[in-house]
Amino acid sequence: MTPKFRALMGACATAALATAAGAETITIATVNNGDMIRMQKLADAFTEANPDIELEWVTLEENVLRQRVTQDVATSGGQFDVMTIGTYEVPIWGKQGWLVPLDDLPESYDVDDLLPAIRGGLTVDGSLYAVPFYGESSMVMYRKDLMEEAGLEMPDAPSWDFIKEAAAAMTDKEAEQYGICLRGKAGWGENMAFLSAMANSYGARWFDEEWNPQFDGEAWKAALTDYLELMNEYGPPGASSNGFNENLALFQQGKCGMWIDATVAASFVTNPTDSTVAEDVGFALAPDKGLGKRGNWLWAWSLAVPAGTDAEASAKKFVEWATSKEYTELVAETEGWANVPPGTRTSLYENPEYQKVPFAQMTLESINAADPTNPTVDPVPYTGVQFVAIPEFQAIGTAVGQQFSAALAGQVSAEEALSRAQALTEREMKRAGYIK
Amino acid sequence: MSTKASRSAARAMISPSVLLLLCWMVVPLAMTVWFSLLRYNLLMPGAHPFVGLENYQYFVSDPAFTDAIVNTLLLVGGVLLITVVGGVLLALLLDLPIWGQGIVRIMVIAPFFVMPTVSALVWKNMFFDPVNGLFGHLAKTIGVQPYDFLAQAPLASIIGIVSWQWLPFATLILLTALQSLDSEQLEAAEMDGAGAFARFYHIVVPHLARAVTVVILIQTIFLLSVFAEIFVTTNGGPGTASTNLTYLIYKESLLSFDVGTGSAGGVIAIILANIVAIFLMRMIGRNLDA
Amino acid sequence: MARAVTPRRKAFNTLAAWIVGVLVFFPILWIVILSFKTEGDAIKTPLAVLSAPWTMESYAVVQERSDYFRHFWNSVVISLGSTVIGLVIAVPSAWAMAFVPGRRTKDVLMWMLSTKMLPPVGVLLPIYLICQSLGLLDTKIALVVILMLINLPIMIWMLYTYFKEIPRDILEAARMDGASLKEEVLYVLLPMAVPGIASTLLLNIILAWNESFWTLNLTAAKAAPLTAFIASYSSPEGLFYAKLSAASTMAIAPILIMGWFSQKQLVRGLTFGAVK
Repeated sequence: MTPKFRALMGACATAALATAAGAETITIATVNNGDMIRMQKLADAFTEANPDIELEWVTLEENVLRQRVTQDVATSGGQFDVMTIGTYEVPIWGKQGWLVPLDDLPESYDVDDLLPAIRGGLTVDGSLYAVPFYGESSMVMYRKDLMEEAGLEMPDAPSWDFIKEAAAAMTDKEAEQYGICLRGKAGWGENMAFLSAMANSYGARWFDEEWNPQFDGEAWKAALTDYLELMNEYGPPGASSNGFNENLALFQQGKCGMWIDATVAASFVTNPTDSTVAEDVGFALAPDKGLGKRGNWLWAWSLAVPAGTDAEASAKKFVEWATSKEYTELVAETEGWANVPPGTRTSLYENPEYQKVPFAQMTLESINAADPTNPTVDPVPYTGVQFVAIPEFQAIGTAVGQQFSAALAGQVSAEEALSRAQALTEREMKRAGYIK
Repeated sequence: MSTKASRSAARAMISPSVLLLLCWMVVPLAMTVWFSLLRYNLLMPGAHPFVGLENYQYFVSDPAFTDAIVNTLLLVGGVLLITVVGGVLLALLLDLPIWGQGIVRIMVIAPFFVMPTVSALVWKNMFFDPVNGLFGHLAKTIGVQPYDFLAQAPLASIIGIVSWQWLPFATLILLTALQSLDSEQLEAAEMDGAGAFARFYHIVVPHLARAVTVVILIQTIFLLSVFAEIFVTTNGGPGTASTNLTYLIYKESLLSFDVGTGSAGGVIAIILANIVAIFLMRMIGRNLDA
Repeated sequence: MARAVTPRRKAFNTLAAWIVGVLVFFPILWIVILSFKTEGDAIKTPLAVLSAPWTMESYAVVQERSDYFRHFWNSVVISLGSTVIGLVIAVPSAWAMAFVPGRRTKDVLMWMLSTKMLPPVGVLLPIYLICQSLGLLDTKIALVVILMLINLPIMIWMLYTYFKEIPRDILEAARMDGASLKEEVLYVLLPMAVPGIASTLLLNIILAWNESFWTLNLTAAKAAPLTAFIASYSSPEGLFYAKLSAASTMAIAPILIMGWFSQKQLVRGLTFGAVK
C-alpha cells in the first residue's frame, strides 16, 4: 500500500509539472566536499541524457552523513537510493548484504581501469559493492618558498626526523607562521586517521593477531610523543580542534609550512582562487621511520546503492555515470584537469594532460604505497590502514581520538592518554567478544 | 462553579492531550526499556538475545559516565546561574527609562530566535577560533597569545554559548515580572529612607522570586538535553571534558549504533531527569501556590 | 515603575543599556556582515573585514547549491502546522484545567512537563522504526506530529497559567447581566484569552522552527527544513565563513523578523504565571 500511496502522492505533486510526469526520483546522500558539490552542479548533464530520472540531493557534513546513512541502511529505511560512503563502510556493509553488488557494470565502464588498491578496498568476496568517486592517500604538502628560506630541501621520501627539523626551521610564531599543521580534532576519521597512519610507520598497530589492543607498547608511545612534540612546538594554536577543513583553511592562508594530509587537498591548495600560496606548494611522500612503512593512508569516497532501494536501475545508472571516464572528461572540460576527481582510474594517470598536473605523480605513488591488508610492520588481524574494518571501530576510534586530542590540548600526558586508550579499547573489545 | 456537568466536560477537554502525551511517553519508553534489555547492535544483524541488565551495567561502568553526570549538572547549573543573574541585571536595566528602549529590547531578545546549530557554528568558527576567530584577532591586536577556548575551557565555552541563547528568555520573563511591580510600594519605601540596595533586596527580590523559579523550571527542561551545541563545537571533548549525558547516549546509540546500551543510557537519563523534575516541582510548587 | 529621573541619569542608563544590547546582539550582526563579504575577506581582522568591499556572492553560491525556498517552505509548514494543531488540542485542556481545577490538575500538569525530559537521542531509534513502518520517513506529517507532541506540554502550561489569571468576577458579572454562555465565551473570555493564545503560538513557532534533532534525523530531501539546509554548510572544504554566514542569515532571518514584529504579542503572554 505504501509505495502505491507514495506514488499517488508523487503523482499529485508533480501533476502540475507535466514535463516531470513518469520520471523516477532518486535521492542521493552525499558529503559536503568540494568534489561532490561540483558533481551536483554538473549533474544536469546526467539528467539531460536520462530525462526519466530526477535527482534529489541531500548534502550533509561528514559526521551527520555517516550517522544518517548508517541508520537508514541498517533499518532498511529506504530514504536514500545512492549513498556516499567510504572504504571503511563498504567491506562491513557488503558482508551484511546491505548493498547492491555492482558486478554487472557495462563494458564501457571499464572496471579493470580502477586502481587495484582502491578497487580491492571496495570488493568483498569477489564482488564490487561500491564504485570509487575519488580516492586518496596522504602525503606531505609543503611551502617551497619557506623551505628555501630555511635553507633546506625536501626529499621525495622524507623521514619523521627531517620533518621535525624542517618544522623547527620554518616556525615563526610571531609572524603566525607555523612549521607544521596536523589533524588534532577528535574522531576516527579525523585525528585517528592521521595518527594511526603515522603510528604504522613507527611499527605500531591497533591490535595484535589475537585482537589485543597495543596502546601499551613502545611504538605507540614513540609515535604519540613525537606527534605531541611536533604540534606543541611548531603547530598552530587551537590544534586540538583542527580537522581536515580547518587545516586546509590555515594552509591556504599561508600559515602552515607543512601539512601532512589527504592527497585530494593538493588540488585545493594549488587552486589560485582559494589559496594564497598556490604557486609555492611542493609535494612529498608521507614520512617514514626507517622501518619500511610510510605513514600514509588509503581512502576512497565511493558511491553505493543500498539493497532496500526502490529505484535500483536508475541508481546504478547514476553511480556509473558519476564515476565514469566520461564524467572525468566533463570535469576536465568545464573546470580543468587539476579539478577532476583523483585517485580512481589508471587511465587518468596515463593521460598526458593529467600528468602535467603537479601533484598527479605523487598522488599515484602514495596510493600505490598503501597496503590495507598489510598496513604496518607486524602482521595484524584486520584490514584498513588508518582504520580497522570492524563495526566496533567507529566508537573505539572516536573514543581513543578524544584521549589523544585531550593530550594535545595539554589536559593529560601522553602516557595517561595511552593507558586510558588501552583500557577503553580493551573494554569495548571484551564486550564485543574479540578477547576474553 | 464546578458542577458535576462541568467536571465531566472538563475531563473531556483534557483527555485528548493527556492521551496523546501518554502515547508519546509510553510507546517510545516501552520500546526503549525493551531494547535496553537486549543485546542489539544495528551494525550486527541477527538475533537480539535477552541479556537482562548487562547494558545498564556496561553503561554505568563507562569511565565517561561520572564525567557526563558532573558535566550535565555543571552545564545546567552554570547556564542557570548566568542567565538568572544576567537576566535580572538586564531586566533592571531595561526597565529604566531610556531612549530607544524598543530597539535595545529587540537586540537583547534576538539570540532567542537563532537555531542552536547556527549559534554553535557561529561561536565556534567566527569567535572562538584562535586563528581566524574574532577573539583571536582581538587578542593579537592587543599583543596577547590567542586563547584556545574550545580546547582549554570546553565546558565553560559551551556554557557561554548556551547562556547567550537563553539569556533573552530569562530577561523577557523577568522584565515582565518587574514591570508588574507596584511602583507605589517602591516609592513609599524610598520615602521611608530605604536605600537603593535595601529596596532591591526587600521589595524587588521577593517579587522576582516567582519569575526566577519559572525561568529555572523551563530552562532546566531544555538544558538537560543540550546536544547540538556540543555536537557542533567539541564533540564532547577533549577527552570527556564536555561530554554530557545526552552526548554520551548519542555516542552509544548513533556512533556505535549499540541500541541496547544507548537505550539503557536513555532510561537512566529519564530516571535522572525525573529526579531533577521532582526536586524542581517541589520548589516550584512551594513558590507557585504560595 | 517609570519614575522621573534627571536627564543625565537617563543618558547614563541609555548608554549602558545600548552597550549591553549591542554586545548581546553583536554575534548576529557579525554574521550578517560576514555574509556580504568574500570568503577571503571574511577571515581577516575585524577592521579589515569592515573595510572590505560588499558583495552578494555568497548568497548566489548558496542559492545555486541548495534550494532555499523548499527548505524554507518546509520549515514554515512544519512549525506552523505543529503549532496550530497543538493549540487546537492545548486550548481546551488548559481552559478546563484553569477553570475547573480538580485535585489532580497540578499533578497532571507537572507530569505533562516531565514528558519533555525524555532525551531525544535515547528514543530516536524507536521513533525512527515507527515512522518507517508507517511510511512516514521524510514526510512533513511525521515532523508536524512529533514537534506538536514535544511542544504540547509547554503550550498547555503557558496557556494554563495565562487563563488562570483571567479574573473570575468578570465572568460572574457578565452572567449576572444575563449573558448567555455563547456570549460569555465570545465577548468576555475570548478577548481576554487572545493575547495568551497569541504569545503561545509565537513561542512555539520559534521553538519548532529551531528544533534541529528530529528535523534532521527524520528527513532526507523532500521534507527537510532549514535546519538540514544549515547542516550542509557546517564545515565544508576550504574557506567557508562567508557561505556559512549567508546560509545562517537566510535560515534565521524569517523567524527573527517575525519575532521582532510580534515582539509585543510575544511578551504579553510570556509570563508562565510568574506575575501576580
